[in-house]
Amino acid sequence: MRLSKILKNTLLVLTACLVLTACATKKEVATDIQGQMQGDVYTGTDTVKYLADGVPDRVFFATNESILTTASRETLRAQAAWLRKNPSINVVLEGHADERGTREYNLALGERRANAAKDYLMTYGISSDRITVLSYGKERPVDSGSNPLAWSKNRRSVTVKAN
Amino acid sequence: MFRKIFILFAILIPFKAYSLIEVDITRGNLNPLPLAVSPLSIDETSRKNFEKILKKENIGSDISNIVENNLRTSGLFNPLDKKAFLQAPDIANLKPRFEDWNLIKAQALITGKVSYIDEKLRVEFRLWDVLAAREMMALAFTTVPTNWRRVGHIISDKVYQRLTGEKGYFDTRIIYVSEEGPKVQRVKKLAIMDQDGSNNKFLTLGNELVLTPRFNPTSQMVTYLSYFKNMPRVYLLDIETGTQEVVGDFPGMTFAPRFSPDGKKIIMSFAKDGKSDIYTMDLENRIVEKITNHPSIDTSPSYSPDGKFITFNSDRSGYQQIYVMKNDGTDVKRISFGNGLYGTPVWSPRGDLIAFTKLHKGKFYIGVMRTDGTGERLLTENYYQEAPSWSPNGRVLIFYRETKTNAKGEGFSAKLWSIDLTGYNERQIKTPTDASDPSWSSLLSN
Repeated sequence: MRLSKILKNTLLVLTACLVLTACATKKEVATDIQGQMQGDVYTGTDTVKYLADGVPDRVFFATNESILTTASRETLRAQAAWLRKNPSINVVLEGHADERGTREYNLALGERRANAAKDYLMTYGISSDRITVLSYGKERPVDSGSNPLAWSKNRRSVTVKAN
Repeated sequence: MFRKIFILFAILIPFKAYSLIEVDITRGNLNPLPLAVSPLSIDETSRKNFEKILKKENIGSDISNIVENNLRTSGLFNPLDKKAFLQAPDIANLKPRFEDWNLIKAQALITGKVSYIDEKLRVEFRLWDVLAAREMMALAFTTVPTNWRRVGHIISDKVYQRLTGEKGYFDTRIIYVSEEGPKVQRVKKLAIMDQDGSNNKFLTLGNELVLTPRFNPTSQMVTYLSYFKNMPRVYLLDIETGTQEVVGDFPGMTFAPRFSPDGKKIIMSFAKDGKSDIYTMDLENRIVEKITNHPSIDTSPSYSPDGKFITFNSDRSGYQQIYVMKNDGTDVKRISFGNGLYGTPVWSPRGDLIAFTKLHKGKFYIGVMRTDGTGERLLTENYYQEAPSWSPNGRVLIFYRETKTNAKGEGFSAKLWSIDLTGYNERQIKTPTDASDPSWSSLLSN
């Protein structure tokens, strides 16, 4: 009897704790998103790697979109400058989509996103024969989360050294 | 392997093609027909022979279990508990005591006999109308013993057809993508299994990413997307010989392949410069034709069963919608106008409907509409599901469903599910690993 009472009390306390922590994390996530997304385009640096100092390797997209944002164009200009300085380097542009779309359409969308990046690099003087486009659709997310922030990190085109 | 299978059909007794029992499959069936599947009787010598060859203690019971399971999962039949059966299998097969079967409320009865003859498996079965106290059907098959499962499926198809008036879908296989590992680095393999989940086999090793396998409706060929050497291309695979070849010579990604209904062409998308268009390739003369020519994404093409039309997915209106055109690419008409995005249209083998995936307000639906876009019906709603594939009789859809991950990004799974055209009878199809992209074969026999 006594034991069950103790257990009950601990349970109550535990539940209270759980409720409290749940609230705390929720708030945290909300502010997190605010700092890391603009509209639904990812603006954080969590997943970003660097091809060289000040040359981020990836750009991000809005849902269902392949339009380059101002920040994306800045990143790609840095990549173009780096590629001009390193004429022997070729790149693969890997286009990705989030998990909230059908597989086949997402393959096409990933290709369209990578091509948006490719076109921009080309307007800054990078020859098309140095660039290969590869779409992974939704097959290779960087974040396995099922939430808007995770999806925003996954809608991306990543520039990868090919040699 | 399947071509070599030799199955002998023999009609034991001619029967008149009318019956009192009828199963209505056009509406959701909330009162499945109660029926009794008696274990197939087997003499002791045959039993021992099959035990030696197949390592199965009683092949008669095993075959009847397959029949029972198929009929139950169809949702149209309610196989009764064998413990309630009053008559022994061998006697029931000779002449059922209909009052006994009536007593346990069976409206139909399946009996049969298995024997070992000249190293072959001989199975006879009979379907009885219990209320009318008469035989409805009697058939016998002779085949190699290792084919015993298929005999169970063929019996199921015969019973289904006799009682519903439509062809069955049990003697069929499913090709799909087996998935393992963390969500950010899934290992995917082609796998194939019988429609009921047995005889699962992996067809690739998982060294490269593979997606969207689809059966040729006329042979044991499969077309699919492989990232072999990091170049996403459409491939052709012969399941019998294991030979693979790349389809066409395209300078970029080819994807979303499907066969034409006569099995002679592959229709697919080719992506270049941010545009995806639909192409066909004739498998005999290798001639490639461009079917659509539009700056948008055109993908997920699927032929009508007569081959005259193609339904496909396009975002030419700004968002993903479903279109229908003539097989030469002319006369393009948008058919989806509801709220939300529409994808993965697949033409029913009966020709009257198009199944699709719909995304609306953060939910995914599997639905069907008429080929002119009218009569949209949503069959099932979930967090994520897509890619319906039709059973060969156009009565059941198989698709895959993924789960939401928790706050830590854990708990992801992908499973195969089926649902009747009516929206009833939703079921998970058990697979040894996670699974996606299912494609249903045609009937192997008939």
